Amino acid sequence: MAAAMKQNKVYEREELASGTDGVAQAVRLADVDVFAAYPIRPYTGVMDRLAKFIADGKFDAEYIIADGEHSQFEIGKHASSVGARAFVGSSGTGWLYAMEALATTATDRLPVVALVGNRALDDPGAFGVEHNDAMLVRDLGWLVVWVSTAQEALDTTLIAYRVAEDPSVFMPCAVAMDGGYLTHSEHIIRVPTKESVSKFLPRYNLGKRVMHPDNPVSIAPQINEDWCMEIRRQNWEAAKRAKEVIRKAYKEFNSVFGSNYTNPFFDEHMTSGAETIVIGMGTVSSAAKVAVNRLREKGEKVGYIKLRWFRPFPTEELRKALSRAKRVAVIDRDFAHGGPDDGGVLYNEVRSALFDAKNKPKVVDFIAGLGGREISIEDVMEVVSVTKKCKADERVHWVGLRERKTGGTHVSMKR
Amino acid sequence: MVSTQQAKKEFESAKLYTSVHNIDLEEFYSSGHRTCQGCESALVMRDFVKASGPRTVVTGATGCMYVANTSYMTTPWVVPWMHTQLGAGGASAIGMAAGLRALMRKGKIKDEKINVINFSGDLGGGDMGLGGISGALQTDYDLLVIIYDNESAANTDIQATNLTPYGAQTTFSPTGPARRIMHTKWKKNVAAMLAVGHPNCKYVATACATWPPMDYMNKVKKALSIGGPTLIHTLDPCPKGWDYHPRYSGELGQLAIKSGLFPLYEIIKGEVRYTYDARKQKRVPVREYLEKQGRFTHFIDEDYELFQSKVDEMWNDWEIPGVAPLRGILKLSQ
Repeated sequence: MAAAMKQNKVYEREELASGTDGVAQAVRLADVDVFAAYPIRPYTGVMDRLAKFIADGKFDAEYIIADGEHSQFEIGKHASSVGARAFVGSSGTGWLYAMEALATTATDRLPVVALVGNRALDDPGAFGVEHNDAMLVRDLGWLVVWVSTAQEALDTTLIAYRVAEDPSVFMPCAVAMDGGYLTHSEHIIRVPTKESVSKFLPRYNLGKRVMHPDNPVSIAPQINEDWCMEIRRQNWEAAKRAKEVIRKAYKEFNSVFGSNYTNPFFDEHMTSGAETIVIGMGTVSSAAKVAVNRLREKGEKVGYIKLRWFRPFPTEELRKALSRAKRVAVIDRDFAHGGPDDGGVLYNEVRSALFDAKNKPKVVDFIAGLGGREISIEDVMEVVSVTKKCKADERVHWVGLRERKTGGTHVSMKR
Repeated sequence: MVSTQQAKKEFESAKLYTSVHNIDLEEFYSSGHRTCQGCESALVMRDFVKASGPRTVVTGATGCMYVANTSYMTTPWVVPWMHTQLGAGGASAIGMAAGLRALMRKGKIKDEKINVINFSGDLGGGDMGLGGISGALQTDYDLLVIIYDNESAANTDIQATNLTPYGAQTTFSPTGPARRIMHTKWKKNVAAMLAVGHPNCKYVATACATWPPMDYMNKVKKALSIGGPTLIHTLDPCPKGWDYHPRYSGELGQLAIKSGLFPLYEIIKGEVRYTYDARKQKRVPVREYLEKQGRFTHFIDEDYELFQSKVDEMWNDWEIPGVAPLRGILKLSQ
């Protein structure tokens, strides 16, 4: 393996890396021009690492310590507007402090890539993972992708630049990862060579919209009711086109780096012949896959889908994959208080995708792991068991909740 | 990349205007905007970009100079211009300057001097975006932030900001039988505050677009040539917001300066130079400036007297009049 890697020079080395390290390596390899930092747990490791790269002379970029997340994300947006490849990131309420800049980065169609180290939204304070921060940009014109290993974080960040900067897309991309579980856990990753990355990732070219004296354009003037519909429509079309661009990007990624991403949008684990399919995003996949393996050993027909791309949402692909099952259990590491049927965000996205399916499985929601609480192997096994047993109108279950309250049922917590 | 040294040299041999007759005729802020008759903020736009020339990129924070200036497909900007959010003026300048520096260093674009300018209004620059401008003035990027101050949120209906003068009527601070004076804040001393707190910033100035002639444009030239982050705060008479006939814009600007109400200075590497020294001139009574504006029609004698006493205090008692109020507001313990 090592010899083969050296021979074709696709990978320069292996190293022990956390999720944020994986992203930092990708940012360095992508020759990012400008990155702006502001501290908040748990995403910050990526900026610590990048700052060290700069200090060690391993990375050439403008590095700005901003005065707040709003400025941080505006710096990224405006660096992108002059044709510089930009990187930013945040977590939880920091991500929300940048919300205005997030919205306009998308409506300005600037392909900034941002890391969201998913974190609960204070108050009360919690550093742990919840997906609501990243989900808040889901309707704004951001591409949103969840990763669940450090290697996937590295790969996906490179793919994110490739897709975001594609002239038929030009949308910013949020790479989301579970705070703590991935930002701070390590495994061995393969770090590609700069040469192979440059084969995969062309130079960023904003084309006719670049802010430069040779190209005197006015960007984001007042359009009001005259043109807003048309401009929103262009953005909508770009989001639709992004799906094909993502497909192509993974195909080329596989061919350049010898990776094995079969379906860019989600991974399927033992879904063949599965009567119950569990679906979730992020690091819950580790526990879920082990739970599925154990249940399969007992002869239960269970599978797991790890959803990667949340925006664009892989509607047809998921509809096809899920409608083969009798039951679908959605693990929501998020909340949507007062939403349809009081379910979480992912639950209602999945249900909506299945609305037109010929075979409609029963879809059950499990709100789990909020604020960074662990979702264990046993929890996922229990999820499957409840999904099989529960009545049709018992739609939403809170996993591991301490007390019973009115509304919904609860999976008991044994730990 | 153009080094700071080279920029310094340019400042020494500054191609400053010495006569209105040698001001460039070419316009980089031209027709297409729909600002009001007598709008001095529009002059602030026109003049800064004339002074900076075509190798310039500009961001404009939300405000009247966004909404009134740039209707889609009728832009007045001949140089590249981009909207930025209300509180993002400083950050937008950092982003552009950082991007250009990285691209030039890496050889991705031609290495040349490109002026990076943001303009923000009193609401955007003086209030919401103050932190971001502070962040910009802490960097070592060559950039200029212009706070164009027409003393209200002039695009949203004339609402009070923290740069609106004491007592002025706005839609947020109307006058009525129960509250004659609604706006009881004294104008925030933005330029001096930013000058005092930012050791990286080599140039801070106050200015008025029309008076003294060329003063503002030359300050723009100096700010852009000295290197590093710089700031100019302009006072812009606003017929709509201040309620007067548009023909008096120029006169009101002059009166604000000659009454000593708006101190005119530049701070070059920490050295304060008055560009109109109200200490050495007989100051015009502030009342002459105030009573020409509809926003102060509810004033009675005691209001005028308060105004005059504050201005007198500024020029007579402050450690550095108009800039540092160490003897006016702050006092050193004995």
